[in-house]
Amino acid sequence: MSTVALAAPGAADDDGPRVSAARVFGALLRRDVRVARKELPSFLLRTTLQPIMFTVVFGYLLPKMGFLGRDYTAALLPGVLAVSLAMAAVQAVTLPMAVDFAATKEIEDRLLAPVATHWVAVEKVVSGMLQGLVSALFVLPLARLIMGPIPGLTLSHAGEVLAVAVLGAAAFSAMGLLLGTAVQPQHIGLMFSMIVAPMIFFGCTYYPWRGLDAVPVVKYLVLVNPLVYVSEGMRASLTPGIPHMPLAVALAMLLVLTAVFGGLGLRAFDKRAIG
Amino acid sequence: MMGAAIETVGLRKVYPAPKVPGRRRPAGAPPAEGVQALKGLDLRVERGEFFGLLGPNGAGKTTTIGILTTRVRASGGEARVDGVEVSAQPVEVRRRIGVVPQRPNPDRSLNVEENLVFHASYFGIPRSVAAPRAQGLMERLGFADKAHAKIDALSGGQQQRLMIARALIHEPRVIFLDEPTVGLDPAARLGLWEILRELHAQGRTIVMTTHYMEEADQLCDRIAIVDQGTLLALDTPAALRAQAPGGTLVELALDGDAEPLVGAAAAVPGVERAEAKGPVLRVFGPRGGEPLPALIALAEGAGRAVKDIQLARPSLETLFISLTGRKLA
Repeated sequence: MSTVALAAPGAADDDGPRVSAARVFGALLRRDVRVARKELPSFLLRTTLQPIMFTVVFGYLLPKMGFLGRDYTAALLPGVLAVSLAMAAVQAVTLPMAVDFAATKEIEDRLLAPVATHWVAVEKVVSGMLQGLVSALFVLPLARLIMGPIPGLTLSHAGEVLAVAVLGAAAFSAMGLLLGTAVQPQHIGLMFSMIVAPMIFFGCTYYPWRGLDAVPVVKYLVLVNPLVYVSEGMRASLTPGIPHMPLAVALAMLLVLTAVFGGLGLRAFDKRAIG
Repeated sequence: MMGAAIETVGLRKVYPAPKVPGRRRPAGAPPAEGVQALKGLDLRVERGEFFGLLGPNGAGKTTTIGILTTRVRASGGEARVDGVEVSAQPVEVRRRIGVVPQRPNPDRSLNVEENLVFHASYFGIPRSVAAPRAQGLMERLGFADKAHAKIDALSGGQQQRLMIARALIHEPRVIFLDEPTVGLDPAARLGLWEILRELHAQGRTIVMTTHYMEEADQLCDRIAIVDQGTLLALDTPAALRAQAPGGTLVELALDGDAEPLVGAAAAVPGVERAEAKGPVLRVFGPRGGEPLPALIALAEGAGRAVKDIQLARPSLETLFISLTGRKLA
């Protein structure tokens, strides 16, 4: 062993460094940003490959073949963005958390940080939101490039787009917290095929909600699907010419879902974190 | 305020009974009884003390550490670290402690150095302070060459030392180590002992669980022997050794149940106490060799063959066996 001495502890009356919750929160977030940056290529591949392939087939090939009209791209683009945003947000939180709690216990070093336990969970949700937004920002120009000019696409309601994106990311990131604390790692595959896949197909992602006027039963059934409100919010703000759900309804529902998933997720997290 | 570093009063922990899938509790039936991990534990660890919690698996050692490190909620009783009540002010407790877990759980998404610098940042320590501190710890603990390596590139012993460095990076006053030498080779274990002695010499309070007698004997100022959630003995290693009954322990492994021989064995001259554990006859006496011929004759007279004989000098091990009726490891 070398002769370098270990630092001695502080004086007996000094009870250690004091640190604010905001500072600990910032440090936790910096950790997640560092990790996300390292894993960015595989993260983007995982969360955007499926929507991009969908864009190629339904936004480029089928219109080229004449099976679909060009107008369809206007209905498709907001949905593709919604899927990318929501899936990235939910996966960013659920996957590491399920593995952490059940197997590796890696999150332990953050649970020992001098901050109330629920801040560790809130930080995870914020980090998931950021990853959802990055994913959507990556897909938007790419999808536009693949589809070519999209009739009726406007960025003049950028503030509304941002509001939908932030609230949508929050709702799905909070959902990720709830799933991550509840799902066993060996059931993650099952969860994605049983919950996430139907959610994508019945989330008004590849067709507008008002298009379901033709099938009223489905139209009202899909309202239990949180993804509907992201897709429709995106339509209302990006391609308002397509018939859509009122923006206020979509935003309000996303707010409610964030509160419900967040509340349940925090409770579940505290339970898992402290034995 | 110069109170105890750690104090527990009547500390209890009941883990909920495991749920049986597919079976519902009938209405009105009492809830299934939970597992009592701690049954009213009273401990007091002085500042600067090296304190050992010794006991077999399931004794409640890890639960005790879990409660004191804010990671497990107590079911009853009080626990204070550095004068701070754990359940009321967990954040204040976390500020004061460093924890080395039973199994290394480094952050695998970060490299070795980042593990230390980020952990420091969770305690509000800026990189400019944490980076040189991490470098010093890695050098002292002998893995500075792995600073930028992935966690997977570290051996088990190196990961354990990384956990120690992580527990020290924010310079806590109280350090908890939960079975820190399990899975280490003998050389790595001795290296770790040296480090722990140095930390102790600096005046830190150290609480360590172990089920290695020798480790507790070598390192600790005082040792608490716990089993099944109860404190059985608490003293310095020397005082505990002196409490070991009757000097030497003789164990005779027979080819059948030893119980019928206990009465006769206790009556053999030079035997203070005898007991049976399955086919093993245990005898305590001041001088181990003396009653041996008579005991063998006794066993053979009863139609039992003696398969094996073991003698143990007075030690923590013999005390533990006399207290709990079973061996540690």
